[in-house]
Amino acid sequence: MPLPGAKRWLLLGIALAVLVSCFSAQFNRYYLGVAVDVGIAIILATSLNLINGHTGQFSLGHAGFMAVGGYFSAWISLKIGPVDHASWYFPLSLLAGGLVASLVGLMVGVPSLRLKGDYLAIVTLGFGEIIRVVVQNTEAVGAASGLKDIPKYTTLGWAFGLAVVTVYVISSLVNSTYGRGFIAVHDDEIAAESNGIDTTRTKVTAFVTGAFFAGIAGGLYAHHKQFLSPTGFDWVKSIDIVVMVILGGMGRTAGVIAAAVLLTLMPEFLRDFAEYRMIIYALLIILLMLLRPAGLFSIPLKRRPTT
Amino acid sequence: MKFQTRLLLVSVALAGAFSLSHCKSGDGGTIKVGEFASLTGKEATFGTSSHEGTLLAIEEINAAGGVLGKKLELLTEDDQTKAGEPANAVNKLISKDGVVAVLGEVASSRSLEAAPICQQNKIPMISPASTNPAVTKVGDYIFRVCFTDTFQGAALANFASGALNAKKVAILTDVKSDYSKGLAKNFKEKFASSGGQIGLELDFNGGDKDFKGQLTSIKDNAPDAIFLPGYYNDVALICIQAKQLGITAPIFGGDGWESESLLTIGKEAVNGNYFSTHCAVDQGTPEMAKFVEAYKKRFKGKTPDAMAVLGYDSALVLVDAMKRAGTTESVALRKAIAETKDFAGASGKITLNEDRDAMKALVFIKIENGAFKYTATVNP
Amino acid sequence: MHFLQQAINGLGLGAIYALIALGYTMVYGVLRFINFAHSDVLMLGAFTGLYAAPRIGKLCGPESVTGAILVFIVAAAVCAAIGMTIERLAYRPLRNRPKLTVLITAIGVSLLIEFTGQNEKFFGSAPQAFPKLLPEKSMQMGSLLVSSNDVLTIAVTIILLIAMWFIVQKTRMGTAMRAVSFNQQAAALMGVPVDRVISFTFGLGSALAAIAGILYSMKAPSIEPLMGVQPGLRAFVAAVLGGIGNLPGAVLGGVLLGLLETFAGGNEYLSTYRDAIAFGILILILLFKPAGLLGRATIEKV
Repeated sequence: MPLPGAKRWLLLGIALAVLVSCFSAQFNRYYLGVAVDVGIAIILATSLNLINGHTGQFSLGHAGFMAVGGYFSAWISLKIGPVDHASWYFPLSLLAGGLVASLVGLMVGVPSLRLKGDYLAIVTLGFGEIIRVVVQNTEAVGAASGLKDIPKYTTLGWAFGLAVVTVYVISSLVNSTYGRGFIAVHDDEIAAESNGIDTTRTKVTAFVTGAFFAGIAGGLYAHHKQFLSPTGFDWVKSIDIVVMVILGGMGRTAGVIAAAVLLTLMPEFLRDFAEYRMIIYALLIILLMLLRPAGLFSIPLKRRPTT
Repeated sequence: MKFQTRLLLVSVALAGAFSLSHCKSGDGGTIKVGEFASLTGKEATFGTSSHEGTLLAIEEINAAGGVLGKKLELLTEDDQTKAGEPANAVNKLISKDGVVAVLGEVASSRSLEAAPICQQNKIPMISPASTNPAVTKVGDYIFRVCFTDTFQGAALANFASGALNAKKVAILTDVKSDYSKGLAKNFKEKFASSGGQIGLELDFNGGDKDFKGQLTSIKDNAPDAIFLPGYYNDVALICIQAKQLGITAPIFGGDGWESESLLTIGKEAVNGNYFSTHCAVDQGTPEMAKFVEAYKKRFKGKTPDAMAVLGYDSALVLVDAMKRAGTTESVALRKAIAETKDFAGASGKITLNEDRDAMKALVFIKIENGAFKYTATVNP
Repeated sequence: MHFLQQAINGLGLGAIYALIALGYTMVYGVLRFINFAHSDVLMLGAFTGLYAAPRIGKLCGPESVTGAILVFIVAAAVCAAIGMTIERLAYRPLRNRPKLTVLITAIGVSLLIEFTGQNEKFFGSAPQAFPKLLPEKSMQMGSLLVSSNDVLTIAVTIILLIAMWFIVQKTRMGTAMRAVSFNQQAAALMGVPVDRVISFTFGLGSALAAIAGILYSMKAPSIEPLMGVQPGLRAFVAAVLGGIGNLPGAVLGGVLLGLLETFAGGNEYLSTYRDAIAFGILILILLFKPAGLLGRATIEKV
């Protein structure tokens, strides 16, 4: 049952994003870029949250889906080239990127079905690496040198508008009756199965949906940075996204969004401490797990009676 | 859901406020020059060397009174030898710091990444040592003060058939590097067209540690020489493993070999091999000698390598153009840089042709007894 | 002959993977947990060697056998201590928490070691030259050239495998380890000092990683803080390939992987895809025989 008022918030959110975006020219270019990064991070974190948090499948290869979506949509943009109103094709190329990414999500999700915990983590890591190697050896997308000169279609409006859409879709999905299946699988797979939930379909749906939005984020990223390189989508990038989900509390959408914003803005504030940034990250992960595994922003959700 | 979307909107507002509250930093009475280099990471010696050269140049100019009545401010960003970082670095330098020009990078892949951004923003970019021809092809705001691989590849091909007397050459390419792939291609074209035979062509990934699979196949193919257009770290390891496998054919490569680390890591395994580079610091012009002395004084007795010399020259060329243009305004500055003719740099006379490349000589170095030994010069 | 030479090369590489895989599989066997930080202990072993070797060299003379053995022992001891400390501080408190929590913590520890190492105040991220521990000779056997380093690696791996097997099968501690791996709670009830057993396992695994790290550095004497990542990943694949938890399986997996990668490297079509081979194998194995070549499938009880 979709929550009342949710649709209103969705439209409001998109409208706000587009409105702010119209004034883009007044803003400092650099900080505008950071804001777009925040929007993209929100999409990535929310989409991974569906897989890792809500469904409890520990995926370490999210950057791979992002890469697929990003490269594919960039490739389309470059193929279309500088025609009139080229930016009108942008949403189409984003969509195409998302769809191809979701296809890859299917390919990753199905074999991973019978794997749990550690094994799943390593396999998804492996898939992420394979995607990276394949891209690295595909001349059509620039191979190891990377894809350059991608047109700059991503605006604040696109980034935040799509972020709002992502949050809306995933939240609605999880809060629906069907969506309870995700949480059931997370809590206890065998119990879920014996209650008639098709765990296979649930898990695969989580992967496919998560991958789709990651692909969209990838497309936005490509048309924002204007440069893609296979090494930019390695396991370190996957870990970046995983940290956002962990920090926000796996499964808590609001927390994950807050974590995404924080972790994207923090490096900017800590520019002077850039050399310690990753060390702080790592310490954060360890301390979080030891002291507050529910995440930094854990807000008690009404639907959780125990643990 | 209400809470969540509210949180989202707050985040949007925050980001918006953030963007609005920062305008471009005002002019502070200095001329800001940006630099991006690999100060850390796998190719750290490239970045450190070129940075030190650039820094020396900037300091000398400031000590002599600066340029156009103002002092120069060098803003350096470390790209950590990582792809994706040059784009971030250059974006920051241009949009946040408001630099008038950018100096960088040594490695072609990273220059290629940053160049489109500089071109789009009409900020002149001068690369000290990127040799891949594609770099300056990005646009008319991109320059380099060194030769290109079209020249280097051809010189290496001639060297192979001439000095090395090699009829059959195997090629080992680093697929992760634009530079390596481009130089291999340039070499192959020239070598094959002048009658040489290309033996086995194999690939490796820069950063790998084990090359025995590739080397064994190459050894079986029995080439007269092995062309290795890679970067110094991998080259050192490959030479070591080649010696272990009993390969006696000489190995040769391009300016990617240029680093002290080649000797410290490779030790005696790299003896007897050759590489081409931009200049030899014990040869050359009076300007070079003056530079070497100043460098040693500034950097605790360290001897500069070719990358340091080029870092120095890239900064000098920029400043010379500023003087000639009389301004740091981008269109005029660009034109002045493009008109650089017979500038007396430490690495030699620098003239930029219509492709914005420098027509310079190349030198060959042989590694003997754990040291670099100058062998020959090839003029363009 | 080419085939045999590549086989020797592959064995030399595979032996290192095998050694690292032994550490992974031992910890997994006892704790059912993949220690992501294992590959970083390898790196720490290499750096310990970097700092210890010149000082030991002064004592024993350069490139001496005693000196080399001392370096190995020092590195193994230091890393065993580090491994046990990590276990005590980061993993033990989470013993009764869900598996995922420990996994994430392990990732955190791994990243911490890597990035602290990369910081210029510590090791710095630029590659450094690893000193020569032993004179390296290429020995001619017929038309084959075998490096003395490779022979050393293979010998050390075999010796350590036998030692590990002996410890696990024939000593009291080994029996305790096996008991804990079977059922931790029952073992505790039987009076087995579980904490000590786990500490010991980590110490042993870390010592193996350190030795592997030094052997790896002898083969490729350029070390930097991220050097353990790729070998660690490959070795993990090797452990899974052989059957995780199974000691001979780890060695088998390591050797197989080393051979496959070497042959692919020498082939002009496959050399570019060397990286992907390990992961491709991983996925295939997990799809078709998740228990690995020598492992036994376990049935999950409801």
